[in-house]
Amino acid sequence: MKRIELCDGADAEGFRQAVRFLVAELIPPAEVVWSSSNSPALFGEAVAAGAPPVALPKAVAELVGLVVCHRDPERYALLYNLIWRVLQGERSLLEIASDPLVHRLHIMAKAIRRDIHKMHAFVRFRRVEASDGEWFVAWFEPDHLIVERVSSFFIDRFRSMRWSILTPVGSLRWDGDQLTTGPAAVKGDAATNDDMEESWLGYYESTFNPARVNPSMMRAEMPTRYWHNLPEAQLIPGLLQAAPQRVKDMTEREAMAAVKRNPDKAVAAMTDQEPKTLEQLNQLIAASEPMVPGGTHAVLGEGPDRADIAFVGEQPGDQEDLQGRPFVGPAGELLNRMMDEAGIDRRAVYLTNAVKHFKFQQRGKRRLHVGPTAGEVKHYRWWLEKELSFVHPRLVVALGATAVLALTGKALPVTKMRGPAVLGEHPGFITVHPAYLLRLPDAEAKEAALALFLQDLRAIKALAQRTRE
Amino acid sequence: MALTSLEKLRILADAAKYDASCASSGAEKRTAKPGGIGSTTGSGICHSYTPDGRCVSLLKILLTNYCLFDCSYCINRRSSNVRRARFSVDEVVRLTLEFYKRNYIEGLFLSSGIIRSPDYTMEQMMLVAKQLRHQHGFAGYIHLKAIPEASPWLIEQAGLWADRLSVNVELASDISLKKLAPEKDKGSIRAAMGQMRERIVEAREERRSFAPAGQSTQMIVGADDVTDEAVLRTSSDLYSDFGLKRVYYSAFSPIPEASPVLPVKAAPLKRENRLYQADWLLRYYGFTVQEIAAGGEDGMLDLEIDPKLAWALKNRDRFPVDVNSADRELLLRVPGLGSRAVDKIIACRRHTRLRWDDVGRLSGGMKRAKAFLVTADHHPSHLTDRLDLRQRLAPPPRQLGLFE
Ligand code: SF4
Repeated sequence: MKRIELCDGADAEGFRQAVRFLVAELIPPAEVVWSSSNSPALFGEAVAAGAPPVALPKAVAELVGLVVCHRDPERYALLYNLIWRVLQGERSLLEIASDPLVHRLHIMAKAIRRDIHKMHAFVRFRRVEASDGEWFVAWFEPDHLIVERVSSFFIDRFRSMRWSILTPVGSLRWDGDQLTTGPAAVKGDAATNDDMEESWLGYYESTFNPARVNPSMMRAEMPTRYWHNLPEAQLIPGLLQAAPQRVKDMTEREAMAAVKRNPDKAVAAMTDQEPKTLEQLNQLIAASEPMVPGGTHAVLGEGPDRADIAFVGEQPGDQEDLQGRPFVGPAGELLNRMMDEAGIDRRAVYLTNAVKHFKFQQRGKRRLHVGPTAGEVKHYRWWLEKELSFVHPRLVVALGATAVLALTGKALPVTKMRGPAVLGEHPGFITVHPAYLLRLPDAEAKEAALALFLQDLRAIKALAQRTRE
Repeated sequence: MALTSLEKLRILADAAKYDASCASSGAEKRTAKPGGIGSTTGSGICHSYTPDGRCVSLLKILLTNYCLFDCSYCINRRSSNVRRARFSVDEVVRLTLEFYKRNYIEGLFLSSGIIRSPDYTMEQMMLVAKQLRHQHGFAGYIHLKAIPEASPWLIEQAGLWADRLSVNVELASDISLKKLAPEKDKGSIRAAMGQMRERIVEAREERRSFAPAGQSTQMIVGADDVTDEAVLRTSSDLYSDFGLKRVYYSAFSPIPEASPVLPVKAAPLKRENRLYQADWLLRYYGFTVQEIAAGGEDGMLDLEIDPKLAWALKNRDRFPVDVNSADRELLLRVPGLGSRAVDKIIACRRHTRLRWDDVGRLSGGMKRAKAFLVTADHHPSHLTDRLDLRQRLAPPPRQLGLFE
């Protein structure tokens, strides 16, 4: 017989060492006696240190990690049994959930998981005013030895707070930066009241529906052994007792004569909420949150109400964002020049973008333009539609694929669709975005593309004129 | 006299409690950033349970219970005499944070009566979410109840702050199977749901965060005379048309200040429970609405036994099923076997032939499964044909009343 003594509590490290040693010595489970104590006797650590690590399937290692937290004194023996069988060739033993050993270990693991879950749920912090600011202190009694296992949950969640969780089997203390584990505590160490508790109890009481009393369901999910540490639980007997009378009152009371309130207000509010002018709409857009990453403030459309032609681009760029006006960067300059040539007066047309914010990635000092995704374009569609309904142009020009997507809701190939088109409900025209022309590397190709663009602009002008007549 | 903060909380929690769709599930995993607070876990946490057996997960409140509208099933309708209150944006933000810091809640569920205009109300709600996220680095769960009458661009922004968005269908009969509902209300509810679905799907494809926990809805059952089959058909349509994460069913329960057009009696909670079971069968067990309805009578589910057992009893010719050879779809139809048990069975079968006791370690529903399942050492022989099978499997009949 080999006696192995581990540390009290969930001694995962001690168990790991022991397993290494036992496996190296080829000692079968039947010849091991496990126990734990405050100050365990060492078991040939030198041997264990020399023994090779034991490689276990991931699922087994995870199960071991959970089950060592169980209070059952048999846990180490059961786990070593499992490990032994796995190493003896039953590599997929854990998949056989019907095996009595596996079944028992699964039940133990489930108990641990549940205990952890309930601790996440039922810890109640109380605020304590310390000389250096506030601390949150909780007293909790877990069923199993899970205190260290839950620490990451509470750190992830309450990172910027300073808190302590005290339990009869150990304690955790987080100072906003470092975690310290400490010895067992007693209930008297924790705070006894909190300034928000009255509100919490008031909330608990009000959110309960007396017409649906179901105490057994409540007890199944919130077992009574937790109640003495849950401030709201003191209300339960009273709520249960009063419930039947409350429901009786409710059903017996005749439907009260309604307070007369005029429905006109409601109807008016419904029809009245939409922005009624372009200016109102613009205020709304300016006050809204960017729906693309990067964007700082909205760059609004520009041009006279009732312009004949509205040009819709993709999104503001770096210059547009800085100056707060559309088409003032390099692409805008090119557009100006070409419009000039085509005989279109920039001041007489309306210019706007499908996406109202500059989407970019910061690279050092530069803000690199990033094209909006289809979903992002759609976030902005309602505004664009509303905007165009105020401007009411005779012709809407989509500059590039993003504008086409924004106006039609569909991704269409610009080069194939180039020319007159119906854009949503507007008579329209599809052409390329001037930024695309700037990017063409080949001088000859660029020349040709510019000529084509100019041709489009002339066609646009003619089309707008024709619709006017 | 001005109401105290606590009085407001009581009024506005009371007004919100009839909404059942308050789980904190489905969120992406998040942890608090330095200086921030809050995390989400995916499956959500119930921090407490009230004596109605319901989970308390989120701080579920209305921003205000003043309302311009007059929906008869709603305690907040314009014509009701209920006490009114209104929270400021700051009050809700503070309450959420203080509750959260004490580990009372997973986050906030915010709904509201409609004041001034749908847009104004929705903007106020969004402001709460925005302040929590921006000013306080709050990474906990936020569920916003969208107002379908509000302008569509507000929904485009709501998803930036909220984990979950929802619009309540409320009454199954209000939803026509035809896409183009003639009345404005149905239209706007479906339009809002359709819009949310599109954005949620696009954002997921583009790996952006927009209402990452998806959308849900709630239907009240028992306030009108719609059958369970019609309710389930509506759900099934909602799941497929709008990609909903959940449909919640809420048995109509009498409300104080009831409108004279409503029934005074509560719908049996059992009905709600059966609908949830049936909903589960639709989503995870491969059942169709038609099959589930066929287990009951006249479009109503059997209140005495669960819908899967009801279906099996009417389809006895398909049983018994051999646990060692039947495929997954068929095993899922065996009463008493849940989907987890079925998955375990399939994993075990690769290594061993299952006997009755083996299966007993995988499933807690063996009593119900007995007549329908063949194992290496158990054959129900003619059990399946027994006329009294239903009596043997149904719990002893008793009236489920209001207080159980
Ligand atoms: S709009 Fe909402 S809050 Fe107002 S009465 Fe209807 S359901 Fe109630």
